[in-house]
Amino acid sequence: MADIKLTDVNKIYGGKVHVLKDINLDIEKGELIVFVGPSGCGKSTLLRMIAGLETITSGRLEIDHEHVNDVPPAQRGIAMVFQSYALYPHMTVRENMSFALKLAKKSPQEITESVDRAARILQLEPFLDRLPKALSGGQRQRVAIGRSIVRDPKVYLFDEPLSNLDAALRVATRIEIAQLKEQMPDSTMIYVTHDQVEAMTLADRIVVLTVGEGIGQVGNPLQLYERPENEFVAQFIGSPAMNLLPGKIIATGKQTTVRIAGGGVAVSDAPSKSSDENLKVNVGVRPEDFSETKGDYIFEGEVDIVEALGEVTQLYFKAQKGGDPIIGKLAGIHSGLRGETVRLTAEPNKVQVFHEGKSLYYR
Amino acid sequence: MDGMAGTSSKLTWAVHISAVLLVALWLFPTVGLLVSSFRTADQISSSGWWASVFSSEQRTVIRTVDPDDFRIEENSAFAVTGDLFAADEEKEVIAWGTSSREVEAYAPGDLVDLGDGESITVDSEGTYSWKGNEEQLSGRGKRVFATVVSPPDFTTDNYERVLFSGDSTDGMAKTFFNTLTVTIPATIIPIVIAAFAAYALAWMQFPGRAILIASVVGLLVVPLQLALIPLLQFHNNIGIGKGYLGTWMAHTGFGLPLAVYLLRNYMVGLPRDIIENAKVDGATDFQIFTKIIIPLSFPAMASFAIFQFLWTWNDLLVARVFLIDATGETTVMTNQIVELLGTRGGNWEILATAAFVSIAVPLIVFFTMQRYLVRGLLAGSVK
Ligand SMILES: Nc1ncnc2c1ncn2[C@@H]1O[C@H](COP(=O)(O)OP(=O)(O)OP(=O)(O)O)[C@@H](O)[C@H]1O
Ligand SMILES: [Mg+2]
Repeated sequence: MADIKLTDVNKIYGGKVHVLKDINLDIEKGELIVFVGPSGCGKSTLLRMIAGLETITSGRLEIDHEHVNDVPPAQRGIAMVFQSYALYPHMTVRENMSFALKLAKKSPQEITESVDRAARILQLEPFLDRLPKALSGGQRQRVAIGRSIVRDPKVYLFDEPLSNLDAALRVATRIEIAQLKEQMPDSTMIYVTHDQVEAMTLADRIVVLTVGEGIGQVGNPLQLYERPENEFVAQFIGSPAMNLLPGKIIATGKQTTVRIAGGGVAVSDAPSKSSDENLKVNVGVRPEDFSETKGDYIFEGEVDIVEALGEVTQLYFKAQKGGDPIIGKLAGIHSGLRGETVRLTAEPNKVQVFHEGKSLYYR
Repeated sequence: MDGMAGTSSKLTWAVHISAVLLVALWLFPTVGLLVSSFRTADQISSSGWWASVFSSEQRTVIRTVDPDDFRIEENSAFAVTGDLFAADEEKEVIAWGTSSREVEAYAPGDLVDLGDGESITVDSEGTYSWKGNEEQLSGRGKRVFATVVSPPDFTTDNYERVLFSGDSTDGMAKTFFNTLTVTIPATIIPIVIAAFAAYALAWMQFPGRAILIASVVGLLVVPLQLALIPLLQFHNNIGIGKGYLGTWMAHTGFGLPLAVYLLRNYMVGLPRDIIENAKVDGATDFQIFTKIIIPLSFPAMASFAIFQFLWTWNDLLVARVFLIDATGETTVMTNQIVELLGTRGGNWEILATAAFVSIAVPLIVFFTMQRYLVRGLLAGSVK
């Protein structure tokens, strides 16, 4: 129920480890924001700074237009769900959920009401009198979420809440969280995850954090997928990662034409200026955007490995010197391609062009 | 895999056997002390305590009552009847004789002719009947050699004497309460102080924390003997002198380094997330301490409590220096036992009883608290 504004926020540990650099972020009321990024990039740190558990080295954090840099966690109107659940082991589920309310001196009646309501939403009613050790992982996770719901906070913070659950439970809980969000359209949520599916399905907007370079890109999931601002985001979002092929611009204008080092030619919808000619660039194409062709091609190569997954077939081409192997993902079943030379092409609007890591779409 | 399974079962056996050995090693003297404390001095000197739990067989010589005083005349014949044993003794005669050469000649109930119409019979309960003429039944009582089985025989006399006699040389009752007076505050005070200190050292940020922790570790290895005399002088100077207050303070001081160290190490190991979550939930440091840390640190506090209790309970040195004065009003049990060793060196039954009185409380404390030592309190909190 609040917007959060980060202005030039930095985090430096011990005077030398610069974990977060110049974070600028505007989160609107009612948004579900997902932080993604490689391990160690500072997602948890950023979340903990918003929670007030970590000091902000420099910069300004506002929640609800209030400057909260030095406000203790309890007064920021936030609730946090930890990756490890962090349930109080010596308290029953009910006590766990009512702990914060008791500290806030709510009346017993009020406490019972909100705990019961949260328990109903999360289907925890049968477990209210159990200790955490008598619950399954999924149930514990729901208690942790329930504990935050009862407080009716302005902002929910989730730090990889599903990472300890098995695949099936993860999907179920993810859907639960999505439903929860729908029931509380006004509450702002910030969600940290490693899981791209979680990020793509839950997020209103995704924040991609880089290692030590600040925010890579902020945008809605499809924007990040279709128009990544830079190579880092392009390769981070999507699996397998986007292919990058080095080349040189040979024609400019509304569309950009690039001659690829291996011999192919790529046409992209990214605009370019006439001064860009001969610019060294990387052409980015997602594996799933490649299609087989007999005519003009972007990439031609000998198939090294074929992975037939049924709905798609993944082709791995021999790596070019010093680069990652090129991967193509073709719909349907293609057998007998191993050892063959295959030509691949892609639609111009699916082709990215990066100069010095930055996309030409964003100039 | 077979080999592995074999090794592990051998290992299990080794573990079991050593456990049994350890239990035996502990149990044997403890039970021995307990049993001895229920025996009389004679029993202790005549047989080992392990024999006393079974029925024992003994050969004794018992004289019948004096015929000159107790004979009864019936038709110009005389008879002496009676019981070899006192009325409350539950002994059983399994064989008897009338001469030292044949001590097991007869079975209970046999009527033995001693010649010239004189006869004697003894039944298994020890009642005898000796008959004869006036001359035969005169002089001293007849000797009966009896092989007697007596059931285990225990007495609570020792305890009555040690606990309730009020006798200041043997009595433990007063010293027992003196020891309790020393021990209970000397256990509780350091735990309370150490719990606060340990929380601060584990979870609060303040300058000089590392130095404080290091000095606590340093204090662990300072022998307390170093401090005895200066501390006593200090107590005298500030007017505490010898007494309970000074003893509590001394025990607290000597116990604190270990207490702080143990509790801090335990508290540091509590999951950070739980504490941070409590912070987000709005708990102050004090509330985190009382509502989260204390309940979760119970096992550590219980183990320190056991240590501190045992050590103060068994302490003699600190009590001698800081407590016991010339009046002897504040003597503790350990000191009393030392004195008993002097005054009652040969009276094993008194010593055993006194010793058992003094170990009974530590045993109770240990067995009631030990479940906290093994209980996993953190289960289910994280992951
Ligand atoms: N107290 C600290 N002192 C120094 N460096 C720290 C400290 N705490 C964290 N870091 C560093 O900060 C970086 C960010 O840590 P953080 O836990 O935020 O990563 P993360 O993005 O959440 O990673 P993951 O996805 O693995 O959870 C890491 O490189 C870590 O080594
Ligand atoms: Mg993390």
